[in-house]
Amino acid sequence: MAATLKLEIVTPAGTVYAEDVEMVTLPGVAGQMGIYPRHVPLMTQLVPGEMIAHKEGRDLFIATGEGLIEVTARRVAILTDLAIPADRIDEAKAEEARQRAEARLREKLSDEEIASVNGSLARSLAQLRVKRRRRV
Amino acid sequence: MVAASKMRTAQEATLSTRPFGQLLYRMRRTATTHAPDFIHPLLATRAVRRRAVILFGTDKGLCGALNSNLFRLAMQFDPATTLFITAGKRAAQFIARTGRRLAAEFTFADSPRFAEARPIAAFARDLFLKGDVDQVLIVATRFINTLIQQPSVVEFLPIGEITGLKIPGAESDGDVAADTGEVLFEFSAETVLAYLFGHYLNIYVYRVMLEAKASEQSARMVAMQNATDSAAGLIKDLTLEYNNVRQTNITKELLEIAGGQLGND
Repeated sequence: MAATLKLEIVTPAGTVYAEDVEMVTLPGVAGQMGIYPRHVPLMTQLVPGEMIAHKEGRDLFIATGEGLIEVTARRVAILTDLAIPADRIDEAKAEEARQRAEARLREKLSDEEIASVNGSLARSLAQLRVKRRRRV
Repeated sequence: MVAASKMRTAQEATLSTRPFGQLLYRMRRTATTHAPDFIHPLLATRAVRRRAVILFGTDKGLCGALNSNLFRLAMQFDPATTLFITAGKRAAQFIARTGRRLAAEFTFADSPRFAEARPIAAFARDLFLKGDVDQVLIVATRFINTLIQQPSVVEFLPIGEITGLKIPGAESDGDVAADTGEVLFEFSAETVLAYLFGHYLNIYVYRVMLEAKASEQSARMVAMQNATDSAAGLIKDLTLEYNNVRQTNITKELLEIAGGQLGND
């Protein structure tokens, strides 16, 4: 049996995913990175994008928000404000959120508001990207 | 039974954020133990001359002894050197009434939102970083279960070993010590830690809020239940009294009628 990694994805609403996988691809702050078992311990930031968990020959696609990644030899722990598997993304809702965020950006906002709107824009874009890529 | 349903919502919210809190706590510990030569301003321990206390009270009363227990704990801090930051109307009223120094007043809704935690954390962090205070403590009620809520003091800043707070399910020290190899930080320990700490403080405040709210709703439900029970007892006593009086009157009238009848015969 191939070595496995324990992949844990936790959001403020609870644990989204906790299973053994063979490999995981993550959108890190330094680019997309693939993690195999026995990786060197690593801590880095997660950016909104697409995460792919490879388990028993199948791939699970997950849209992520920003957060933190902790990698040890046997485990990958991900702490993020958003994690939705591709099949549970509501495309219409994400599209609506994207438009709302873009409309908000055209208004006059304080720095803090801009940061929070940019955050939600990135989150909805990540969801749309994952969803639309899967279909074609 | 409004209190009961509010209580359930608040308790669920508290319990569902626990895994997140645990993981964040673990990451924070890994990060600080593996980057020892790096001193972040938020980690700096200074001699405590002035401190700030963030006091989490409730907005409304009718929740038993919850607030008075909490305020008794807040009283122990020296008013001359302590600055108070309050969340919840009752807490602000208490500080004003006892003539302590109030630095800022915040509110949070019945179902606390993350956006309400951020300004509190940011305010406390700024006070600490500017050197206005050397320590920030949180005084709030910890939710244990429906019947038990515990007022407690926990350290907020500087970020150090958290001693006052036991996170259920958090791994023991041995687990982290076994993992002493080098940890790689990308891009750098500074950026990762800065991000982690920013998040950590916000989440910390958010969790305290959720716990305070769950405690408040539980205490209120218990207080309301007690009120309902004693009202029911009162009604029972009064009904008995009423029936006694009524029966006495009827007996008296019957006797009068019977007496009158006898006199006629």
